Amino acid sequence: MSALPMAGAPATTNRVGLTKNDYRGNPTTLCQGCGHNSISNQIITAMYEMSVLPETVVKFSGIGCSSKSPTYFMNRSFGFNSLHGRMPSIATGALFGDHTLKGIGVSGDGDTASIGMGQFKHVMRRNVNMIYIVENNGVYGLTKGQFSATAEKGLSLKKQGVNPYMPVDICMEALVSNATFIARSFAGNPRQVKELLKAAFAHKGIAVLDIISPCVTFNNQDNAYHSYAWGKDHEEPLHDITYIAPRSEIMLEREMEDGEVREVAMHDGSIVILKNLEKGYDPTNRFEALRALEEAQQNNWLVTGLIYVNTEKPSLAETYNLVDTPLNQLTDADLRPAPELLDKINELMF
Amino acid sequence: MNKVVNDFSIIVGTKNGSGSSTANNTILRAIFKMGIPVSGKNLFPSNIQGLPTWYTIRVSKDGYLGRRDINEIVVAMNPDSFTRDLESVAPGGAFFYADDIRLPITRADIAVYPMPIKELVRSDPNIPTDFRDLVGNMVYVGILAYMIGIDIERIRSAIEFHFKKKAKPIAMNMGAVTAGYEWAKANLEKKDPYSLEPMNKTEGMIMADGNTAAAIGAIFGGAQFVAWYPITPATSLVEAMNDYFPMLRKREDGKHTYAVLQAEDELAAIGMAIGAGWSGLRAMTSTSGPGLSLMTEFVGLAYYAEVPVVIWDIQRIGPSTGLPTRTSQADLSFATNMGHGDSDTVVLMSGNINECFDFGWQAFDIAERLQMPIIVLSDLDMGMNQWMSKPFEYPQTPMDRGKVLTKKDLEELKGNWGRYLDKDGDGIPYRTFPGNKHPMSSYFTRGTGHDEYARYSEDAATFHRNMMRLKKKFVTAKQYMPKPVVYRSPGTKTAIVAYGSTESAIIEARDLLAGEQGIKADFMRVRAYPFTREVDEFLAAYDQVFVVEMNRDGQLHQLLSLAYPQHVMKMKSVAFGDGMPASAKWIREGILSQYAETAPARSVQKPAAKTKTVVKQSPPKRGTVKKTKTAKGGRKGVK
Repeated sequence: MSALPMAGAPATTNRVGLTKNDYRGNPTTLCQGCGHNSISNQIITAMYEMSVLPETVVKFSGIGCSSKSPTYFMNRSFGFNSLHGRMPSIATGALFGDHTLKGIGVSGDGDTASIGMGQFKHVMRRNVNMIYIVENNGVYGLTKGQFSATAEKGLSLKKQGVNPYMPVDICMEALVSNATFIARSFAGNPRQVKELLKAAFAHKGIAVLDIISPCVTFNNQDNAYHSYAWGKDHEEPLHDITYIAPRSEIMLEREMEDGEVREVAMHDGSIVILKNLEKGYDPTNRFEALRALEEAQQNNWLVTGLIYVNTEKPSLAETYNLVDTPLNQLTDADLRPAPELLDKINELMF
Repeated sequence: MNKVVNDFSIIVGTKNGSGSSTANNTILRAIFKMGIPVSGKNLFPSNIQGLPTWYTIRVSKDGYLGRRDINEIVVAMNPDSFTRDLESVAPGGAFFYADDIRLPITRADIAVYPMPIKELVRSDPNIPTDFRDLVGNMVYVGILAYMIGIDIERIRSAIEFHFKKKAKPIAMNMGAVTAGYEWAKANLEKKDPYSLEPMNKTEGMIMADGNTAAAIGAIFGGAQFVAWYPITPATSLVEAMNDYFPMLRKREDGKHTYAVLQAEDELAAIGMAIGAGWSGLRAMTSTSGPGLSLMTEFVGLAYYAEVPVVIWDIQRIGPSTGLPTRTSQADLSFATNMGHGDSDTVVLMSGNINECFDFGWQAFDIAERLQMPIIVLSDLDMGMNQWMSKPFEYPQTPMDRGKVLTKKDLEELKGNWGRYLDKDGDGIPYRTFPGNKHPMSSYFTRGTGHDEYARYSEDAATFHRNMMRLKKKFVTAKQYMPKPVVYRSPGTKTAIVAYGSTESAIIEARDLLAGEQGIKADFMRVRAYPFTREVDEFLAAYDQVFVVEMNRDGQLHQLLSLAYPQHVMKMKSVAFGDGMPASAKWIREGILSQYAETAPARSVQKPAAKTKTVVKQSPPKRGTVKKTKTAKGGRKGVK
């Protein structure tokens, strides 16, 4: 694996003999301070630390800011930046090519919860063997600031007015669609993102990571519901909020404890309330998961952590009882039936 | 009364969902096995149960398989269509009807045979009550067998074939056939001239529908991934793959070398197929007009990102939902122009059952060679109806997997390659498959602008260079296209051009024109787009060329006019679309209505306006055809 020699002193290598640089992608073209970049970095770190051979990963995305990000990590992995809302179908088909590969898909809240809602739900129920990351910021960035379906009710945006609709809860949708691994995190909590990525990678089947990833540029109205001001006026803030100036990334100052509820200020001064799942929470209990999500919605929390996991269900490829050799390595002899069989067919055509 | 042997049509009118298809297929198979050329067409409504449906069986000693407008023998099982059915019998024809339909018989110019279907079924103790309606259809099989001379042993073997040797249903159905046969023998007197006599014209032939042929062809083409969404008339193609995959790709370990996935919609179906094609699988989908519309954005992606995928479009008549169970050739313009921006699609046009099989495997070779979406056009008439055909032929060439670099290839190249680099000067680049473990194997596929190394690029010159390479690739595509099929009759300067399933009706129309009008016409059936040199050469050789097709606007005519402006003046459009398969009669009349005795000159000096106004939207008008005896105007649809 020395095809890409790096200059300078020998770097630390992982179990497959690769350096962290072997997991990097191109320089990002997203806005400075965008949470999406932090997620890309955690993918790089997680894959490096897990000693995943980049050639065993296939990257997928749809259209949008988030969907650009597969270019910014793991250059040695194949990638397919497809159509708006259609990443799931491309990934579903592509992973049949070689069932030993793992997909890492990056989508956004528009790409998933609006135009791609149908395919999102179906890729869940098919249990395709991939990580499905939603970089969720509640806003359309590439088209310069429209509401997405995950924007909270009452949020107002410069040219859009006030959002009158209830938001789509990605994790809830995944759960009712029988996804087998569902987690939520916050781009500013890199450690949790990384650990969840590792768990998701280890999971056989679909693993949804709904990662709140603030938009530094367009989610910029300061009188928003859940605003910084609203938070300050709140009588008993659960803990101190550190305001971070726009155009730098929002990071948690300290790891969250189990069960902790914490408000986090967004670039525009709005606030997201994160709630880490309780210590005794049982993520294998689907009913509990539904309850936790419902409770969080009532309280305007965004519950974070591993919400649900089910390791019993076979992945899509397993359901199909495919040959051990990856389908895309089969030869003509495997694929074209013998001439005698055509004779038999002709006899049947009567 | 002059006997008419082996040259007539039977139409059976029943209710949709009444289980008549077994009976009709039995008649069809039995006649086929008597050595008589025969074809069957199902004219059915978009409905599960209850609406009138018809099955036509054409017996033709001359081997004509196209639709006929005339029905000499009519079997009426459905009170709702009884009156229409009665009116539709050709003068001198025969009318069989279930005698529990108590409606007036208003015709004296035909032979009328009431059939005590209910009574015969009720009196058979072997037929359980719930099966009476289903098995009742077999009674008319028996009555017809006696009256026109269908070999009862052939009927038995057809029933055995249908029920796969299961004793109980065979006995029950055969019982009903025999009851009908014996009753007719004892009670009916033959008053019509139509009968069957064994021939030897079907020996070595098979009987199949186009969708099954395409499905089996695709499996012999090494199909590995099929994603689809149900739509009439394309559904039976993938269902046939489900039927034949287990037998044809059986392995000792019981594992599968293929996957068939029913997607949530056509968007997902084509997306999955493109994903699979991208990752190195022989991937396909099957759909019809509305589904093809939904697939458009993805087809554009596959064109631009250069992903091989095969799309079967079993055409039905649109626009919109149209007539979902009726045939058409009206997707040609759309199929050749799918996607926004500058894009090209390769379109194969299968014209008969053998070609459905051949294009089944060839489409994969072409798609992988060109790294493009390939659309194969068939239609409802060809796809869902039974056609007599030569046996399927084993693929003559090994699978062409196109330009693929393996790990070993990359080692030899020292990892030096570019996904969109035109190394060979033919516009076709090299590709790698996911799972290739060479560290330089990967590339990033996108529908956004990209350079030769698949890197994102908004550079104007790079974008233009790539688009021009794609254009070059489309020129290269011509050498992989199937050549047109040409039928000649020496000495004529008149020709017919068509594509697809109209072939058999055109062959018959040529014979009619030659026999009754003394007009000889050569015939070219186009089989692919982009057109090849042979198409140009053919057009150049004639004074007048009739472009025959089943659509309103003359889409093939338009396409040829664009491709060959030098031949525009000599081309006349004979186009008509009402959902019914083409018949020799309307083709002949369409040609005669525009036929010029002294042929127009070969071209460009003539004023352009006049020839552009050729009648397209209506069938030949009444009275426009002087020399024909049956010039009764247009096609009336089902009667």
